[in-house]
Amino acid sequence: MTFDVAFAWSILPSLLKGLAVTFQVVVLGFVAALCLGLTLAVLRHAGRGPVPALTRAYVMFISHTPLLVQLFFLYFVLPQIGLRFSAMTTGILGLGLYFGAYIAEAWRGAIEDIHYGQWEAARALDLPPLATWIRIILPQTVKPMLPVLGNYLIGMFKETPLLAMITIPELFQITKQIADLTYNYNETYTLLGLLFLLISVPSSLLFQYLEKRSHGKSRVA
Amino acid sequence: MANPASPDTCPSLVTLTRVVKDYGPLRVLDHLDLAIHDGEKVALIGPSGSGKSTILRLIKGLEHPSDGVVAINDCPVVVRSLSKGLFAPRRKTEHQVGMVFQHFNLFPHMNVEQNIIEAPLRVLRISMAEARERAAHYLEQVGLSEKAKAFPSTLSGGQQQRVAIARALAMQPRIMLFDEVTSALDPELVSEVLNVIRKVAHEQKMTMLLVTHEMNFARDISDRVIFMEHGKIVDDGTPQEVLVTPKNPRTKQFLRLVGQP
Repeated sequence: MTFDVAFAWSILPSLLKGLAVTFQVVVLGFVAALCLGLTLAVLRHAGRGPVPALTRAYVMFISHTPLLVQLFFLYFVLPQIGLRFSAMTTGILGLGLYFGAYIAEAWRGAIEDIHYGQWEAARALDLPPLATWIRIILPQTVKPMLPVLGNYLIGMFKETPLLAMITIPELFQITKQIADLTYNYNETYTLLGLLFLLISVPSSLLFQYLEKRSHGKSRVA
Repeated sequence: MANPASPDTCPSLVTLTRVVKDYGPLRVLDHLDLAIHDGEKVALIGPSGSGKSTILRLIKGLEHPSDGVVAINDCPVVVRSLSKGLFAPRRKTEHQVGMVFQHFNLFPHMNVEQNIIEAPLRVLRISMAEARERAAHYLEQVGLSEKAKAFPSTLSGGQQQRVAIARALAMQPRIMLFDEVTSALDPELVSEVLNVIRKVAHEQKMTMLLVTHEMNFARDISDRVIFMEHGKIVDDGTPQEVLVTPKNPRTKQFLRLVGQP
């Protein structure tokens, strides 16, 4: 088996274009997942009436169906009831809704791990509820959440080939098109794998670094 | 319903009227009446499980009484559940009751000064400059001026508890509750905390309620000692009456058990 370096070099610009699309979907999808996850986790705790049960049902529903099915639902079923989004928007929404559920569950755990005394101390000082959440409780969840968020970010990145199924011209889609057209499977998919590594390994290291830094912070004066 | 037991005409600051508190099948407070007057320094003593801490928690509004009324200045205490609700209706009440806990409960992600200024900034809405001035003042009172920028995890238990006291004092409450504040401390750290409270008790006119197992300390700083057992007040009088020359046989027995002459 040969590896045609010149060919690999020639397709690199196309692949990078696909990577840029992937990148865009992941960044926006992750921001959406973060917002959704945090909101759901807080509502699970602080919501009144049926709200906590509803958030639980959402997490249950999302985590018990395949992401691909959810993407197809968003892309093919929603337009039938008049909700039409572009492929990109659908991809961002799909990833956000899916990973938001997992992040919510993890964040809920981080909130529950905070010692009861922290709530009592805030209450004893008459801090209003919102200030208690924003100033006392949530900042203390950042440290335990960092490695979890890092894992989900990389997890999201690795799920992006699924977006090819709803026609988003992301990295995998572009690679597959070139491979099918030229039969140069070795060069194309090797390069694809390397590009994935190139993004996920540094991201992983970045989160390790952030985690270490946040560990040090609360100790030193 | 009868008026809470109040021997003199001076209206009381804190009143508990026929208060019952049950934890499941366990009755922690049993139709308890108690009136505390402005400026009183009251020590609550008694065996564990007798309901002393529960009284403080009810006065702070950390818990609902199962029955009866807890009132400050004749206004029933508002209980807000700890985590439920984001935008709980914010009644306009000034901060009246401060509380110091057995386990300090400092905010670990904030340094000492941030711990102290957080509530004055957000509850009393004073300026940053004023809040920091207050923090410096109360840190000096508890003898920890040099630790303003330290994080709680770098402090000893005794130092953490002194910061917690400064944090509560910085809100300038009318009533301070001390809930077994030395019980979680190593023995050699107890006296530094007790000395701080002693100083506060002597210098400030605020009302103080202390749950404590330190009998000498209770005698020193309080002008009233209440002995509780099984959710009821068994003995109530001056430190001299309750601790030195107790008449009630149960008080006597308890004092013997904790090694008091």
